[in-house]
Amino acid sequence: MTMILSTRGLSRDFGGLQAVREVDFELPTGEIRALIGPNGAGKTTFVSMLIGRIPPSSGSVHFCGQDISALAAHKRVAAGIAYTFQITSVFSRLSLTENVALAARRRLGHDKAAVQAEVLAALTRVGLADRIDQIAGDLSYGHQRLLEIAMGLAQQPRLLILDEPTQGLAENEIAQFKDLIRSLLPETTILLIEHNMSVVMELADQVTVLNFGQILAEGTPAEIHQNADVQAAYLGTG
Amino acid sequence: MSENGKIILLHTGLIALLLALNFILPAYHHGNIARVMVLASYAIGYNILLGYTGLLSLGHALFFAAGMYGMGLSIRHLGFSPAPALMMGIAAGALVSVAIGALALRTSGVAFMIVTLMFAQAGYLTILLFGKWTRGDEGFVIQQAERILWGIDLSDANNRYLAALVLFALCLFAALWLVRHPVGRVFVAIRENEERAQLLGYNVFLYKLAAVVASGTISAAAGASYGLLFGYAGATFATVQYSIFPLLWVLLGGMGTVIGPFLGAVFMFYLIDLSSGITNAYMLIAGVALVLLTLFAPQGIGGEFRRRVWGWLP
Repeated sequence: MTMILSTRGLSRDFGGLQAVREVDFELPTGEIRALIGPNGAGKTTFVSMLIGRIPPSSGSVHFCGQDISALAAHKRVAAGIAYTFQITSVFSRLSLTENVALAARRRLGHDKAAVQAEVLAALTRVGLADRIDQIAGDLSYGHQRLLEIAMGLAQQPRLLILDEPTQGLAENEIAQFKDLIRSLLPETTILLIEHNMSVVMELADQVTVLNFGQILAEGTPAEIHQNADVQAAYLGTG
Repeated sequence: MSENGKIILLHTGLIALLLALNFILPAYHHGNIARVMVLASYAIGYNILLGYTGLLSLGHALFFAAGMYGMGLSIRHLGFSPAPALMMGIAAGALVSVAIGALALRTSGVAFMIVTLMFAQAGYLTILLFGKWTRGDEGFVIQQAERILWGIDLSDANNRYLAALVLFALCLFAALWLVRHPVGRVFVAIRENEERAQLLGYNVFLYKLAAVVASGTISAAAGASYGLLFGYAGATFATVQYSIFPLLWVLLGGMGTVIGPFLGAVFMFYLIDLSSGITNAYMLIAGVALVLLTLFAPQGIGGEFRRRVWGWLP
């Protein structure tokens, strides 16, 4: 099995706090992987190091066999990693069209027709096609989350990292979201930070549990569900 | 009419209006508007950085002066004719903006303002230091005989007005083209949310540098033209005052609108002109008007137009 992404000894300290310690992580191509863990487990810090938002204190990140540890964030994105923010980060004063067009244009260049087609396709997939001329800041929080995902899709990444994508979505939107994510396989590998356990259980092929900055357990959703250590970590009795 | 049609109509309409004014304006206002058009071109350059990229520079006088002295010194000491001298001015501005941009963009926010301000002060002091060639504060006159461009005497009021109009039209349409081009859209993305722009895969440093260079080069073209049209280059134009002016014009006229810099420049010019006709304390009247405008039209004149009537205004 080829690994699209792997880390070796990846660590990050904030002053005295070790947010992520010595994480060896492997993600095979074409998989949906969920990354879960209690609040403060280091999930966002970990994926921020994958995309290059924060530099690691030590360790390395490999993408498609290349060591990308030294690459700036924009180069990692250009290499095929897309990232959607945990705290919604759209261009709130620009229209939905322009938000997604900015995501598509880096790849498609100045081909207006292709960009327009990609914008419409991405917004249709997340169910926002009837709102293309609205200003992003006027959308509800849940719809802004969907717009974030559309911006990820428009980049047609090889690896899509979603940081708590279903936060703020309604039940029917979550169901749509699950279908959408499944439809991206096998071209796109998915790494998903998620708190909603039903989404994790139904969607993920494999689950990685992070606790106190370390990998606590890894396995199928069913295995993780049964894992005593994981239960202890979540219930705080461990 | 399509949005595109409206945009073209508005901006060509403004140029046509200014052309028509050439034939009707009394001499005093004719001279004023010629000057305003050159200053508005400077503000258009400034607006690319502040209004579209969201970077506030306090040192644009350096670029304006680079253009003015690049042009003026090559006429005075190298015996250039106006056309290549203009080119020298623009090239000097481009070169200085690459250098300043590469250094100043290592900072952001307030630090960027201070660094650009300091570089501009250093530029001003450099002009004074080399007073033997630049004649420092006193400056130097560019003689009428040295201001004949392709057989056209730029010291003639009519020719000067038309030359200023050509410069203004070029800057206006260049800005219009740039801000609607994909590169200009990335400038706006950086203004709105720099981290997001980077995580869409854009090299934000390079785009910001491009914005500084586009902005600085247009400012230098305005500076070079100002020297050539009004026949004078002096260190006053490198002072901090000339860095603040375009900021005020852009704020008043409407940040991030192509037409705003012109509206702001014309408004401010006549505000001072009219109030100084009423009282010696004309800055008081100007100040009150500015405060009122900031209170009731915080997005500037062009910004208010966009908010209230013309939602499509680029």
